[in-house]
Amino acid sequence: MTEFLQQLINGLALGSILALIALGYTMVYGILRFINFAHGDVFMLGAFAGFYLAPKIARLLPLPSIAGALVVMVVSMAVCAALGVLIERFAYRPLRKRPKLTVLITAIGVSLFLEYTGQFVFGAAPKKFPELLPTFSVTHIGNLSFNSNQIVVIAVTLILLLALRFIVLKTRIGTAMRAVSFNPEAAALMGVNTDVIISFTFALGSALAAAAGILWAINYPSIDPLMGILPGLKAFVAAVLGGIGNLPGAALGGVIIGVTETLVSGYISSTYRDAIAFAVLILILLVKPSGLLGKKEIEKV
Amino acid sequence: MNFLHRPLIFTVALAAVGLVAGCNKPATAPDANGSPIKIGEFASLTGSEATFGQSSHQGTQLAIDELNAHGGVLGKKIQLLTEDNQSQAGQSATVVRKLISSDGVVAILGEVASSRSLEAAPICQQNKIPMISPSSTNPKVTETGDYIFRVCFIDPFQGTVMANFARQTLKLKNVAVLTDVKSDYSLGLAKFFKQGFAAGGGSLTAEQNYSGGDKDFNAQLTSIKAANPDGIFVPGYYTEVGLIALQAKQLGITVPIFGGDGWESSSLVPIGGVALEGDYFSTHFSPEDTSPVVQNFVQTYKAKFNETPDAMAALGYDSAMMLADAIRKTGSTDAAKVRAALAAEKDFPGVTGHISMDANRNASKPAVILEIKSGAFKYVQTVAP
Repeated sequence: MTEFLQQLINGLALGSILALIALGYTMVYGILRFINFAHGDVFMLGAFAGFYLAPKIARLLPLPSIAGALVVMVVSMAVCAALGVLIERFAYRPLRKRPKLTVLITAIGVSLFLEYTGQFVFGAAPKKFPELLPTFSVTHIGNLSFNSNQIVVIAVTLILLLALRFIVLKTRIGTAMRAVSFNPEAAALMGVNTDVIISFTFALGSALAAAAGILWAINYPSIDPLMGILPGLKAFVAAVLGGIGNLPGAALGGVIIGVTETLVSGYISSTYRDAIAFAVLILILLVKPSGLLGKKEIEKV
Repeated sequence: MNFLHRPLIFTVALAAVGLVAGCNKPATAPDANGSPIKIGEFASLTGSEATFGQSSHQGTQLAIDELNAHGGVLGKKIQLLTEDNQSQAGQSATVVRKLISSDGVVAILGEVASSRSLEAAPICQQNKIPMISPSSTNPKVTETGDYIFRVCFIDPFQGTVMANFARQTLKLKNVAVLTDVKSDYSLGLAKFFKQGFAAGGGSLTAEQNYSGGDKDFNAQLTSIKAANPDGIFVPGYYTEVGLIALQAKQLGITVPIFGGDGWESSSLVPIGGVALEGDYFSTHFSPEDTSPVVQNFVQTYKAKFNETPDAMAALGYDSAMMLADAIRKTGSTDAAKVRAALAAEKDFPGVTGHISMDANRNASKPAVILEIKSGAFKYVQTVAP
């Protein structure tokens, strides 16, 4: 029983990070109806932004400390938000009126560009991510061990999810986002500046990916330019699983993938981890093609 | 990162000099004694096992420089052509084909990782080009054919050494094994460790897997913790081992973790940190060895690269020196004759001990066990074959 609870905590921590990345996929899909395959690489750039910022911030604030970690995370999020806007402006906006397939292939191109430019600029060898947070001594409750970093990951994810929910549901710009997602032409006619909203969506998604990158690097302190490929792919699966275009769905999908993977690795064999996670995806899509929380879309003829 | 930029700047500078001087020949042009002897090397200079490739390459380079400083071999300079496979599957085959067919090398040196040596070996065998792996320990590497050699011991020996060490020196009874299922090296080592440990009267309480490149090992380690072993054998590479040790300690696992020569890297401790204290691994060489051959090598290596050589560097050095020795004995660079001379090597005085080729072209030589203490690798004992 303790082992199962422990595995559940492991799975939740992993799933939280996937959920944060999945939100970016799902937001962009909700508004532009295309998959931004470069999103996993923005996650990688978030971790690298933290890697290069930490020594600079350490001169102003002591590291490891909670305040220092917070500043590193916020600045990295800002850097990646700007990067997300740039990617959209220069790679995707010129193609907005083109077929979706063109944009999709461009996204794959941007992804490869970021990965291999990363290898050239940062070097291909894995780097040790600096310690941002004081690692609390392990807390034991019975035979259960809480690693402080896992708790941090879960807590930060929850806070970010609530913040995102607030932005999307309670602010003017959030209302505009939903309007564009519902019908871009009608929203434009009502005076919503769609370009600004799309840029904002990319900024928001990329900031969440950067937060995920920092959380990932705090938990697994070895980073390299290709680290975004697998988490990016899994987060994409999570977004589809939860119903792409649906925010709570993406978060739920991330947690389901994280927990499934952990339980499979722990109780069956890590060799089948990805196979079973993808089998779960196929099963859910067979039963509910629009994903767990996705709305059924009626094709208008 | 420097190694990425430096050659580039160098190439650009060289090209610029070439342009200024008109049709100047590059620095590698034939010298007074005719064309140089070309030796190919493929290594993981970048990517996940980059420190292995770098060390091995520096050792090899040191050997070639020393040989050339003493007039080369057969009166000719040796030219080392090095290709990077980025630690990626599939790349080794491509670069080795290039070295053989377009550069025309007489022999191939490489690799550290068994999986990547196994990619190159069939190509060398087909083309009848002798290949010496400095430090691939999986038995399958030299089973590819009679042109494939190695200067290190093999996994059945290393696995048995660690099994006996765990059973007899650490007095462990129940161990868990965590294997990288993507690596031939890890699978082989795990297999021979399990056989040796069972033969010594120990038992296996848990078996878990991971895939090279994974970052999250919490699930496997939680299962291992539930099985309550008194030691964990992790026959993996340093990139993952550091993270495994870290996550194990965070989950409250305090038993010693131990593994093979895949651990030995200057990048291991920076990632694993204090979590690695009191852990052990087997390897080929200790720079603390007081024999003059070793100390001489350590001094020249330090003078050139400003760091202490590790086992990969020592084996890289030995692989190049043994190849030069075989070419010298043969009196030519004829592949078949060099192959025969390599197969006949006996008691070759390498820095990693005396190397004799057995019937399967594997080196028979002792292993060294090191402990991680205060962030450094400390010599524990030597185990003879």
